[in-house]
Amino acid sequence: MKVLKRAYLAVILIFLYAPIVVLIVFSFNEAKSRGVWGGFSLKWYGELFKDRQIIQALYNTLLIAAISAVTATAIGTAAALGINAMRRTPRKVILNLSNIPVMNPDIVTGVSLMLLFLFIVGLIGKGNLGFGTLLMSHITFNIPYVTLSVLPKVRQLDPAIYEAAQDLGAKPFTSFWRVVFPQLLPGIVTGMIFAFTLSLDDFVISFFTTGPGVSNLSIIIYSSAAKRGINPEINALSTFMFVVVLLLLFLINRRDARELKKNKKKEIRT
Amino acid sequence: MRNKWISGPYLVWMALFIIIPLFLTGYYAFTDTDGAFTMAGFSRAFEPMYLSVLLNSIRIAAISTAICLLLGYPVAYILSRPEFAGKSTLFFLFAVPMWMNYLLRTYSWMSILETNGILNSLLAFLRLPKIDILYTDSAVILGMVYNFLPFMILPIHTALAKIDYSLVESAQDLGANPVTVFKRVVLPLSVPGVVSGITMVFMPAVTTFIIPSLLGGGQYMLIGNLIENQFLTAYDWNFGAALSLILMAVIILSMMIVLRVDKDNEGGTLI
Repeated sequence: MKVLKRAYLAVILIFLYAPIVVLIVFSFNEAKSRGVWGGFSLKWYGELFKDRQIIQALYNTLLIAAISAVTATAIGTAAALGINAMRRTPRKVILNLSNIPVMNPDIVTGVSLMLLFLFIVGLIGKGNLGFGTLLMSHITFNIPYVTLSVLPKVRQLDPAIYEAAQDLGAKPFTSFWRVVFPQLLPGIVTGMIFAFTLSLDDFVISFFTTGPGVSNLSIIIYSSAAKRGINPEINALSTFMFVVVLLLLFLINRRDARELKKNKKKEIRT
Repeated sequence: MRNKWISGPYLVWMALFIIIPLFLTGYYAFTDTDGAFTMAGFSRAFEPMYLSVLLNSIRIAAISTAICLLLGYPVAYILSRPEFAGKSTLFFLFAVPMWMNYLLRTYSWMSILETNGILNSLLAFLRLPKIDILYTDSAVILGMVYNFLPFMILPIHTALAKIDYSLVESAQDLGANPVTVFKRVVLPLSVPGVVSGITMVFMPAVTTFIIPSLLGGGQYMLIGNLIENQFLTAYDWNFGAALSLILMAVIILSMMIVLRVDKDNEGGTLI
């Protein structure tokens, strides 16, 4: 029975990893064909880093992920603090509104944002969809995830600590920065990492809200896959991205483990 | 500290980029190209040609969801057993593929399933008959199951891991055989996880347009492709907006059904 269970898990894992392994193995393939092995080579990595279009897309992807994550974190954290200070009814209404972009199909969010941007472009009679609209869309779908990860931390806050800081002579800003903010930090960091990875991974919303000449990596991958041609550079790119993602995951896990340890120590002390 | 006005930027941002765009979509859905009120978009969506696309999307998504449930439940079950060793590592292994860009993973299936692709080379090597499923329903369903299976495993695992194991033991002590224990104790307690797994698979499966367009071929149409087509190829925004509203309605409706089922079982929270 135990062997059977392990075998079943192995089959499912092979199913999940097969495409990833295929991408990685064929990124080192000398031949251009996807079915034939022509010997080991690093040439597609060389081609990848020489490809202007892909490098530009990589740059756009990272820049948008960074700016949108930071902006969404600022707006989302402030929102969590404000929402917590509200009365029950407005709080409920606003929380439900925040859920719209989380629940709404990506394609509907993308299409409706595209309509808004084209409407504004038509209204002012100049400008076009591009980097700016892409960035605004990413900030939009990132904000709710930040708010949702900071809000529980805000609820856990003990208002007495903030008041105590002020009683001891700290100005409101100092008491926020030195006393409240450190307590929110784990939620803020989680939200920011979440926002960053969501932005890296997004295709659908980007596809509808970008303009001529501006692509991110997902858009490049899609257009190259949709042409049904063979592009081994994409394999090299996937391997590269997979390694980066694994590294990020490793860092997050280590952070979580450390926090767990710290909390345990605290429990022992008290 | 208790200053509700610092959520101001958020409220302005959400109004501008969530509420107004949805109203714009609604405006386009109920007007024609001249801006006059019409329901034409909606009646057109229910013409046989377009209705079959909608029904087919629901059918394909439902089949994929069912396969995910059949494949995913045993995985979640095995991983949640307390006697099972090395499960945190295994659990991590099941979560990692989700972190890779899903376009890349779907793109990779194209090279596996091609007529002269990796799968057929392997089958030829083993002297087995060829399988030619790329650009068919089967390939689309395979792509959906592949992409969304972890969304089924994770919530079911969460529900199963929460079960108090002494309940299982007391059922055994009272003479229940393994099948009865599963049917009468474990399965009912895992329903909330199953329900949220179904929603988390069904919704992206109904709305995706990447999987059908890559694995189904250029002519393959699900509702997502139809919407994309209206906005980016046919430039019929009014019809596209009407279809978007219909898709939203399908999602909200299925959410309501699922929440109803969940409530009947006094299940936990969704997601």
